[in-house]
Amino acid sequence: MTTTVERPELLTPEPAGGPDAHGPGAHGPGGAAPEHAHHEGPSGIVNWLTSTDHKVIGKSYMITSLVLFFLAGVMALVIRAQLMEPNSSVVSYQTYNELFTMHGSLMLYLFAGPFAFGGLANYIVPLQIGAPDMAFPRLNALSYWLYLGGSITMLSGFLVAGGAASFGWVAYAPLSNATNSPGAGADLWLMALALTGFSAIFTGVNLVATIFYLRAPGMTMFRMPIFTWNMLVTAILILIAFPVLFAAVVMLFCDRHFGTHIFSVQGGGSPILWQQLFWFFGHPEVYILALPYFGMVTEVIPVFSRKPLFGYRGMVFATMSIAALSTGVWAHHMFTTGVVLLPFFSLLSYLIAVPTGIKFFNWIGTMWRGQIAFAVPMLFSIGFLFAFLMGGVTGVLLASPPIDFMTHDTYFVVAHFHQVLVGTAVFAAFAGFYFWYPKMFGRMLRESWGKLHFWSLFVGFWVCYTPQYLLGLHGMPRRIATYAPDTGWTTLNVISTVGAFIMGASFLFFFVNLVVSWARPVPAGSNPWDGHTLEWFTTSPPPHHNYTHLPPIRSERPTWDYNHPEHRTVITHRTPGAPPDQPKELTGAPS
Amino acid sequence: MKVEARILVVIGIFFGIIALVYWFTSYEDAGFLMLIGATFLGLFPGAYYLWWSHHMKPRSEDDPTATIEGGSGQIGTFPGSSIWPFIMGMGATATVLTFVFGLWLAPIAGALVLSALIGATVESRRGGTI
Repeated sequence: MTTTVERPELLTPEPAGGPDAHGPGAHGPGGAAPEHAHHEGPSGIVNWLTSTDHKVIGKSYMITSLVLFFLAGVMALVIRAQLMEPNSSVVSYQTYNELFTMHGSLMLYLFAGPFAFGGLANYIVPLQIGAPDMAFPRLNALSYWLYLGGSITMLSGFLVAGGAASFGWVAYAPLSNATNSPGAGADLWLMALALTGFSAIFTGVNLVATIFYLRAPGMTMFRMPIFTWNMLVTAILILIAFPVLFAAVVMLFCDRHFGTHIFSVQGGGSPILWQQLFWFFGHPEVYILALPYFGMVTEVIPVFSRKPLFGYRGMVFATMSIAALSTGVWAHHMFTTGVVLLPFFSLLSYLIAVPTGIKFFNWIGTMWRGQIAFAVPMLFSIGFLFAFLMGGVTGVLLASPPIDFMTHDTYFVVAHFHQVLVGTAVFAAFAGFYFWYPKMFGRMLRESWGKLHFWSLFVGFWVCYTPQYLLGLHGMPRRIATYAPDTGWTTLNVISTVGAFIMGASFLFFFVNLVVSWARPVPAGSNPWDGHTLEWFTTSPPPHHNYTHLPPIRSERPTWDYNHPEHRTVITHRTPGAPPDQPKELTGAPS
Repeated sequence: MKVEARILVVIGIFFGIIALVYWFTSYEDAGFLMLIGATFLGLFPGAYYLWWSHHMKPRSEDDPTATIEGGSGQIGTFPGSSIWPFIMGMGATATVLTFVFGLWLAPIAGALVLSALIGATVESRRGGTI
């Protein structure tokens, strides 16, 4: 069954002087028109299996990735419990190796990326540009099923003889060859990457096509919300990076089973080639994980500062520069191999700090003299700013080859990338989740539980990772399962473990919040935060094919313009009584 | 469509420059080839979009003064529910598991993938253009 979708109708703005701060939903226009309200389709599990609606798929992605996130979090707690005291034996060495491998793999491949580009982006991007769905809805569904199949494949490694993959999430050759990592677990890991890699590529194609072809009239590229911009850039990065990963995985599999010697010295191959291929994927991957979350924060901060975004174009160009540079810095993970060009990769790595600094400047500039409301999404965004700043600054340190030679493969690096990734994929992810949850489910999360969640996570974060910097400087290598009592690392490890368990406990508050919001729902209305962008114009949750009416799109925040005619973003002079769409009213860049 | 085209072309040019700089400073072939790949990933679609942006009718989503009424009409045809992406996803999973657990899985994988291909094609033909 197919549906032909017509353009939504125009919703004429309210006359000036009667703005409704709580959005159009209160007086009807956001309500579903009859032909959409009676969308007939399967329900329940059949709907989950067969839906091609980007909203259903987006929610499936989010729920799946959050479940995997919690599994990976539990693995992290076991790892920290093992490291709490010297010569510990909570788990065996082999289990420990499996745990840190799967913790990293689940977090990076199966949670942080899919939650952003499969989950929130899938749900929010079509809404933000006024599209009825993603450009290729069935391909979108296929992406999800490949992702789910890949996730189950990777996790099933725990069930086979020999256990799950245990060579770290980077699978360096020759550790990952058939001699050093025998067993089906490693193969399952590789095949899971092949599946989820294709899932990501399909989602990338879908996002680019959606953003290029399905925007609403008047939604020019430079009026798209920053989250959509960041997802476009992320999607292009996916298309650059993931095919390389897939190629590398196929080569490694051939090495393991079909007698090739691409990554083995004995047959004339090169183990370093694996690192080149992996990090050509791996470093863009870091920004595939970061850029969507930058976008979420960039949506949250203006709304809760009650100001337009400071430096819209600067944000767009900073995003593009970060993405472009990120593809030229892969070998800064390989400084200590001795075969890469240190000045080239060091210089480009330093350069990334410039656009990232522009982003920080613009985030702070947006808050500057705004009427800041410290709601939970805003708290998580500010938490992200602190966390990511610390991770970013230590990243600049590590871009310097002499410092990298000293700290490579120590806990300093572990602390650095955990602060980067927890800053983005956890703090900013929760900012986005708390922000868009009312839109997705039509009900509010509780502020009180959300604040408990935030503060416990924030405290646990610093208690957990700050000692790891010191441990790294004291020489503790990463990936070790035990250490001797006379190393002097015990105290700092205990502190770090306590922090990890505080972070773990913070998720209990999150669960309670979810349960409370479902047991005793508080209706959200279409626009609970007085939002800026188009998604806050439709109902919560949106009807099938998203929009029955659209406001005129005259700036990068059309819903705000509609609800606040006296504070339009771009219109500098307005003739009373004039129709709202006169071309002469436009003045280009937002003030 | 011009902005979209320019983004892709600029990506291509940027990676082209970086690839050349990288080659002449390091003479390392793997990274050079991947950068060249990224160059064409930008240039191919970018050049097509650039050509197409000069030959297409102006689109309302590129027009800063477009009105919602002016852009009215059909957006496109979207598929309804379909079981075939699920079947295809399970088929792909079974296919990769064949490489791990052995050829006994191949008939199941093949049947799933083939039925999904046929099913999705038939569905598209019956349901109109997608």
